[in-house]
Amino acid sequence: METVLLILHYAGLFLILLGSVFLFLGALGIYRMPDLYNRLQAGTKASTLGAMSTILGVGLIQPSWFIKLFIIVIFIALANPLSSHALARASYKAGVKPIITSDTDEYAAVADEAGKPKTEKNTQTL
Amino acid sequence: MTSTSYHSPPLVHYLYTFILVWILWYAFTTSLDPAELIVGAVIAAVISFITVRYFECCDPILLAPQHLLYFIQYFFVFLGALIKANFDVARRVINPKLPINPGIVKFESKLNNRFAKMVLANSITLTPGTLTVDVKGSTFYIHWIDVKGGDPETAYKEIAEPFERILLKIYG
Repeated sequence: METVLLILHYAGLFLILLGSVFLFLGALGIYRMPDLYNRLQAGTKASTLGAMSTILGVGLIQPSWFIKLFIIVIFIALANPLSSHALARASYKAGVKPIITSDTDEYAAVADEAGKPKTEKNTQTL
Repeated sequence: MTSTSYHSPPLVHYLYTFILVWILWYAFTTSLDPAELIVGAVIAAVISFITVRYFECCDPILLAPQHLLYFIQYFFVFLGALIKANFDVARRVINPKLPINPGIVKFESKLNNRFAKMVLANSITLTPGTLTVDVKGSTFYIHWIDVKGGDPETAYKEIAEPFERILLKIYG
């Protein structure tokens, strides 16, 4: 029993370290990426796996918390992508232009329909 | 609550939401103390009363054994994609040249169920190099960090197929 707990303890420490590395890389991504959408890409993936791994690591070190922490992990996996999706959609409709180097922006036409170029209207009235 | 515009939901949906929320309450408190359980039941009743109109996800039919197997398969496909996505981010971020070629592509999904589409959109956001910008009907608009082909067929094959194949077996 003692050795099992010890193994779980070190596995937990390893998961926390791994999570911290991913969170750091995500932060670096937010710093280095050129525009909002690419930053969201880096931030969402890294923060999801980083937070999940860190929280599960805590669960392994303190096994009596594991069920609660596992529920929190599921909530993170559901809520994180939703929030980044909402941010991306709202930014596009508010007129934040993505940097496009590959000549494909299929969303531009659709976003225009929904009354996107509000920024242009605002500059006219000002 | 004046929800006259909604048809009243069947009783089984109330019960189902109630039981799910109550189990969640028990998982968080992990106590069989009667006072805790009663408070949990009251809160679960209130929450199920408020949220039953949004009940879409968890049809009891989905808990059939063959579906559970697909859910487990989906979980592992998703976990693999999430880990790959993180190494993909790491590779791009550490590279001094920042190798990105972003664009927004679209594709048509074959899914009809709204919950399934939500799951697909979330999964796409967490897989390598893609971010769901919008879903209109069954058209998905995806910000792709490294566009490999602008036409919908390529996008569908590269982005959505591994997930949608499993989701279609559950919700199809």
